[in-house]
Amino acid sequence: MAKLIFASAAATIGIFAIAGLVFAQKNQFPWDDYRVEGDLTTIHVQGNVYMIHGLGGNVAVQIGDTGVLVVNTGLEQNSSKLIAAIRKLSDKPLQYIINTCAHPDQTGGNEALRKIGVTITGANVTGDIADAGQGAQIIAHENVLDRLSAPTGQKAAAPAGAWPTDTYVSGQKEVFFNEEPVEVRWQPAAHTDGDSLVIFRRSDVVATGDIFSTVSYPFIDVERGGGIQGEIDALNNIIDIAIPKHEEEGGTYIIPGHGRICDEFDVVEYRDMVTIVRDRVRNAIKKGMTLEQIKTAGFTKDYDARWSAKEGPGTADNFVAAIYRSLKASPSR
Amino acid sequence: MRHTSLLILIFAGLVQSPGAMAQFSGSFNAQPGIDLSGAWSPAPHEESIGNPAIADFLGVPINKGARALGLAWSPSRVTVPEHQCQVHVAPYIMGGPLNLRIWEERQSQSQKLEDIRMYISTYEQNRTIWMDDRPHPPEAAAHTWMGFSTGKWEGNTLTVYTTHLKAGYLRRNGLPESDQATLTEHFMRHGDYLLHVSEVTDPATLTEPFVRTQIFRRISEEGQNWLYPCESVVEIANQPRGAVPNYLPDENPFIAEFAAKYGIPLAATLGGAETMYPEFQRKMKELAALRK
Repeated sequence: MAKLIFASAAATIGIFAIAGLVFAQKNQFPWDDYRVEGDLTTIHVQGNVYMIHGLGGNVAVQIGDTGVLVVNTGLEQNSSKLIAAIRKLSDKPLQYIINTCAHPDQTGGNEALRKIGVTITGANVTGDIADAGQGAQIIAHENVLDRLSAPTGQKAAAPAGAWPTDTYVSGQKEVFFNEEPVEVRWQPAAHTDGDSLVIFRRSDVVATGDIFSTVSYPFIDVERGGGIQGEIDALNNIIDIAIPKHEEEGGTYIIPGHGRICDEFDVVEYRDMVTIVRDRVRNAIKKGMTLEQIKTAGFTKDYDARWSAKEGPGTADNFVAAIYRSLKASPSR
Repeated sequence: MRHTSLLILIFAGLVQSPGAMAQFSGSFNAQPGIDLSGAWSPAPHEESIGNPAIADFLGVPINKGARALGLAWSPSRVTVPEHQCQVHVAPYIMGGPLNLRIWEERQSQSQKLEDIRMYISTYEQNRTIWMDDRPHPPEAAAHTWMGFSTGKWEGNTLTVYTTHLKAGYLRRNGLPESDQATLTEHFMRHGDYLLHVSEVTDPATLTEPFVRTQIFRRISEEGQNWLYPCESVVEIANQPRGAVPNYLPDENPFIAEFAAKYGIPLAATLGGAETMYPEFQRKMKELAALRK
């Protein structure tokens, strides 16, 4: 008997060690339950929701008795890793994919993930549309579909299998899944013109997509309908939704498009930074300064060590340029 | 039959090994370190400056970015609802004022020290210092006001390493500490006094580690204030949604106020690593001479 207990304990320890899984006895914070495998980290955020980090953009995964719902799908080349990570969380069918924008770091795995999923159909649809049940539904704002697809004869940004199958054009889209209300709220002209916040109302978790990041200045894609005022409005919307548990900590947890798990105060700090830099650029424009003069003036120097990416859209120069272009195009945008 | 053999073996082992008997009398869990348990309150110390003046950055090894951010800070920022209950991060909160309660959590069977707990009355904060060699959480985990702490005994000194801190203040006058900061602390008990040495590193705001020391004294009086309920309210009527009070570059009218009040050269009040060291006194005299 003693041998059996020892063998069982050893096997259990071995399994956890192989998986790199860490369990803590006291589940106080969302750092108590996580799995690290190579450059991939899966963390239990709260309630039904997990975050998978290391795929390009963050992926939120909601699991339950009914099935699996994911918010965003990371870069295309990481699809198989993402599928494997989801399967370690649940063997239930993947039914919903929600995209928070059209960028490839959040939609790259759409096609591969859709293929492993299902759409629950019934009534006349089942007989009339032969492939109606094949693949998971992809929910996004209509503008995401516009960005990923193309008119007949033109090359689309993504293959048809990656396009949203269920879009909304204003307000919000609602899903009730895994005994949880899930809201998909449009945030106009923020990071792009097709951004959505995804709110897990029972788990008390918000997935923000690239409206919010902890690794760089925001990427305001002015070419694709983004704007500084919409970005600030969206950050304030997240702050309005989030309710901290105690002294501005905990309570509602936030999954950013990139970076670590956050709560309201982390978004507040980010909102403050974005607003202050916007104020400075707006003031400089009023004084008649050109974009080059504004870049040279160093209006982000106090934030660069923390927020400027080394390259890409999250650099200080690109952030300032996006604010400038956005304000010049429309002072309220 | 097998059970009888096992009992004989165990009994034989106990008889033959005086050391084994001694284990049952309590010494088999001998571990380094001393007991820090009790209630503590900070004595006046070098950082007991109350509410710091605007642009008093003296003695803080900040970089240029942190200085610029501090100069852009408006005290009206704390009227923003989400800032009203903003907790002082672990490196700053230990400077007090506070009441500090320390106790140990031990495994019930082995009495091995599992973690050391701290309850801080200011903002009702709890710290857990894990003593079981567990790893720190991954990069993608959440950050908190008190961060994630692990500790070890170095002789009778408890050394604590903290990561996963939220962004906060290096000094509560807008001098920022980022969420990339880490904290190393040493707790040394001398009877009813507890010496606390802290060292903050922050690649985003500091050019050198920021080292502070302070002394706590043991308190046994009843009636200490241990609660800190905080609820944000509207402090400024008609404050626009999302307002973030700040000074635009070169528009803060209060930058020289602290320097003028105490007759200190402005260059000194703006801080930086050199203002930490005794050699800076010579430069202060040179700067003062230039003013004349």
